[in-house]
Amino acid sequence: MLEIHKDSLDVKEIQNRWYDLVRDKNHGALITFIGIVRDEDEIEGLSFDIYEPILKKWYSEWVEKLQKFDARLFMAHSQGDVLLHESSFMCGISSPKRRVSLEMIDKFVEDFKANAPIWKYDMRDGKRIFVKERGTKLPNSGVLR
Amino acid sequence: MITVEFLGPLSKEPMEVDIKNLAELKDILKDDESLSEWLDSVAVALNDEIVSSLDIELKDGDRVSLLPPVCGG
Repeated sequence: MLEIHKDSLDVKEIQNRWYDLVRDKNHGALITFIGIVRDEDEIEGLSFDIYEPILKKWYSEWVEKLQKFDARLFMAHSQGDVLLHESSFMCGISSPKRRVSLEMIDKFVEDFKANAPIWKYDMRDGKRIFVKERGTKLPNSGVLR
Repeated sequence: MITVEFLGPLSKEPMEVDIKNLAELKDILKDDESLSEWLDSVAVALNDEIVSSLDIELKDGDRVSLLPPVCGG
């Protein structure tokens, strides 16, 4: 299940809800990743734009991949502003036994960082500032060069 | 007509263009000063699939999106 929330995530609500969803499937492991905004470089927080059509496509490819292992995927991301020490991103994988969840959460988060169509801005003085160097170019970038 | 969307920090309103091929888009955009610093680093998607070349024929109603470097999470 892919969730997009306005501004910061309600971590406890989401975590509990995912746990409840997993209990009925007789899965023995649920690994959750919670991404938290760090206090760095004097930012007030981070702000996010999401391009949903491609995100949904990317996400459903992962759902399909994990189904082969009988594993289930969860993800929540913020659209808009997230202040320091709040969460902008959560994901979870559950599986009958722990090995699949433990290995796949690593692969999923790294793939997310490299490919999810989401853009992050520093919040400073009420403005959103994109830091180009922080971004990862998608495959075939520069095709318009 | 083809719709071209500029995602994330590109912050440019979508535009409608009458082009038959993705290569024609390059000609239109190369003179746009607001985009010149980005063309090296954006990916292009056609109807939500990232393309690997501009050698693609377009049909009426196609959607092209320009995607700058991503940083989710």
